[in-house]
Amino acid sequence: MDRRIVKLILILVLVVLVVWVDIPRPEGSAGLTIGKFHRTMNPVLGLDLRGGMQVLLGAKDGVTPDKQALEDTAKILESRANGLGVSEVVFQVAGEKYILGEFPGLTNTADVIAAVKQTGLLEFIDAGTTYLEPGTNVSTDYVAPSAQTTSPEAASSTPVPTPAATESAAPTTTETKVYHTVMTGVDIKTVNVSTSQTGGFAVDFVLMDNGTVIFKDHTTANTGKYLAIVLDKAVISCPTISTAITDGSGQITGSFTSEQANNLAVTLRYGRLSVPVEVVESRIIGPTLGSDSLSKSLLAGLIGFIIVALFMILYYRLPGAVAVVAIAIYGAITFALFKLIPVTLTLSGIAGFLLSTGSALDANILIFERLKEELRNGRNLKQAIDLSWKRAWPSIRDSNIATIITSVILFWFGSQFGASIVKGFALTLALGVVVSLFTAVYVTRTFLSLTTDAVKPDQYQKLFGARRSENA
Amino acid sequence: MLNILGKRYWFFALSLVIIVSGIILLAVKPLPLSIDFKGGTILELQFTSKTLPSTEQVKSIFDKIGITDSQIQTSGDDTLILRSSELSESQRQTVISEVSALSDKEVVVLKSDTVGPSIGQGVAKRALLAVAIAAIAVVIYITFAFRGVQHAFRYGICAIIAMVHDVLIVIALTGFGSTFWGWQIDSLYLTALLTVIGFSVQDKIVVFDRIRENSGIYRKLDFETLANHSIVQTLQRSINTQLMTVEFLLLALALFGGVTLREFAVILLVGLLSGTYSSIFIAAPILVVWEKKEWKTWFKKTPQAA
Repeated sequence: MDRRIVKLILILVLVVLVVWVDIPRPEGSAGLTIGKFHRTMNPVLGLDLRGGMQVLLGAKDGVTPDKQALEDTAKILESRANGLGVSEVVFQVAGEKYILGEFPGLTNTADVIAAVKQTGLLEFIDAGTTYLEPGTNVSTDYVAPSAQTTSPEAASSTPVPTPAATESAAPTTTETKVYHTVMTGVDIKTVNVSTSQTGGFAVDFVLMDNGTVIFKDHTTANTGKYLAIVLDKAVISCPTISTAITDGSGQITGSFTSEQANNLAVTLRYGRLSVPVEVVESRIIGPTLGSDSLSKSLLAGLIGFIIVALFMILYYRLPGAVAVVAIAIYGAITFALFKLIPVTLTLSGIAGFLLSTGSALDANILIFERLKEELRNGRNLKQAIDLSWKRAWPSIRDSNIATIITSVILFWFGSQFGASIVKGFALTLALGVVVSLFTAVYVTRTFLSLTTDAVKPDQYQKLFGARRSENA
Repeated sequence: MLNILGKRYWFFALSLVIIVSGIILLAVKPLPLSIDFKGGTILELQFTSKTLPSTEQVKSIFDKIGITDSQIQTSGDDTLILRSSELSESQRQTVISEVSALSDKEVVVLKSDTVGPSIGQGVAKRALLAVAIAAIAVVIYITFAFRGVQHAFRYGICAIIAMVHDVLIVIALTGFGSTFWGWQIDSLYLTALLTVIGFSVQDKIVVFDRIRENSGIYRKLDFETLANHSIVQTLQRSINTQLMTVEFLLLALALFGGVTLREFAVILLVGLLSGTYSSIFIAAPILVVWEKKEWKTWFKKTPQAA
């Protein structure tokens, strides 16, 4: 008796907690922060439910990038896309040669894909005596080797000075002057973030032998002039050459935050590693379709739940009502987990959730059918509840473990290949099944056992719906 | 008591008829793979004016840019689905703007997918691999979980045979769907199939569990009677679970879930129904056939209903 009360209290505490998590938060609320753990406490909706764009980028044919290069590429793409002013852009490595990019709320592919696909091109340009404001777009006489841009044929990595071609290729240029590219990021060997003498963050770099020579010659000849550092034709910083740099190392300073310095460092490394990518898949879901799908599946879920609840209560009476409460708790816990982990909710994720709701129901039905059987066999209620649970348990356990095994394998498959549909499905299914096991074992059993205390024996038939004496 | 197992060959025949007729439909018409699996572009355009341009008008736009394999389909009363081989970004923009020009009111791009040809085949192949690995893992698990009964291994194999049956039923349904309602096999279809597979295995184990339990209680009963008894005992549960998880939840999804989800919900409805059906009428009967080694008599005389 005591133990059941303790269990009940624990369940109630849990319910209060998850309901607190589940309550919709207004836009821009603080969310939950415990130490380093922070959640906005809003459900994360997938692109198919909120609308947006998804791009799968693949390494070009014949290129087998190593994992680090791919990770760096994803990072760079992400910071670049964020630089475009689009929020919540995510780029993730998917499998051995793919990067999956997601742009919530965005449907204009042309600009974004073009901007993002560019390889991070770092140039050191001779600015002569003019100081170039960071952010300025410039033209240079550097022509990208084809391996880094679109056509795979030519693979020369030496700058070819053909000013006219570059000018037409950079239509956003505000300056008409074409600057000379002294050197590109290809010649950089290592990159590190450090704190500069002035207290801010800086990026240190060490050049390869080739670059060291170029750099030495240039800085010796141009001491006192400006040497601008340009990323994808936009000026990052424009230092003066104070002394000739002969040892092949240098530092890029600017008013960087730690994060900016890191991004720049990654960009520089990326420019060197350079995984040429191309769009292999792009998907756009209009915002109308997304919100339409969301509201309709919510409505469908609600209607489905009401019908199920009615059926459970009509058919199984008291235990049915208990099950409905247990399923509601199951739903609340699962949704809270979705928010806390957080799990991105997609249509296929909802399908997985639906199936696990099915198993949660099934667990309850298995127990109640057993309960009826045991009651028909003449056991008293207390024995019947204990037995029904014990006998239904192996089937609940084994069937759910099989489902968990299946979903783990599907999840692995989904992550391997960037098949987010399969991954989302497997994740919500596995989570839901685990929670449903918990509610069947803990919640249904405790509630059932407690509620039956309050029931008089002559009400059994009415409340447990076991009056028909079929042969068992 | 209900004698379900006695009519087992009738159930086998029923499944066979459904599967074979669906497969014939698929053989006549090639497998309706969507761009998700063979590459291409799909555009879903909604016309707020509710007056749709004619198929010829839209097709001629595609023809102009040199795309001759376009397929135009209407969806609902205000939406056009345009399918074609892979369009470049500029071709895609051209199509959208020119189709929009055919309507006097705003045209909303609901969906626009472009998939390269190589990627889809990879997905299908790996999905198959994942399912195969999952099936082996499930057989191993069942063999372990049923180690207390004789021939535990058979339970796993029968569960997987019945699961394949459910997948075949869904594929047969696809044959009907593609012939009569223009269905296509896309990623959402793959999700539905995975759901069917997950549910199918889970359901088999529940029914097998009763055989496992009963075989400990009724040691002297012959296997067929035992299995039949077990099926009948779990029948009520099978029906109720099926009613709730499948019919109620999915019917709601099919009726209220919007166009995107309708095909998905219908596939699940049939697939999960088959999942329950095959636990009772396929998986358990095969166990019995195996136990009695009935194939020895298949070609000697007509199958006997015991």
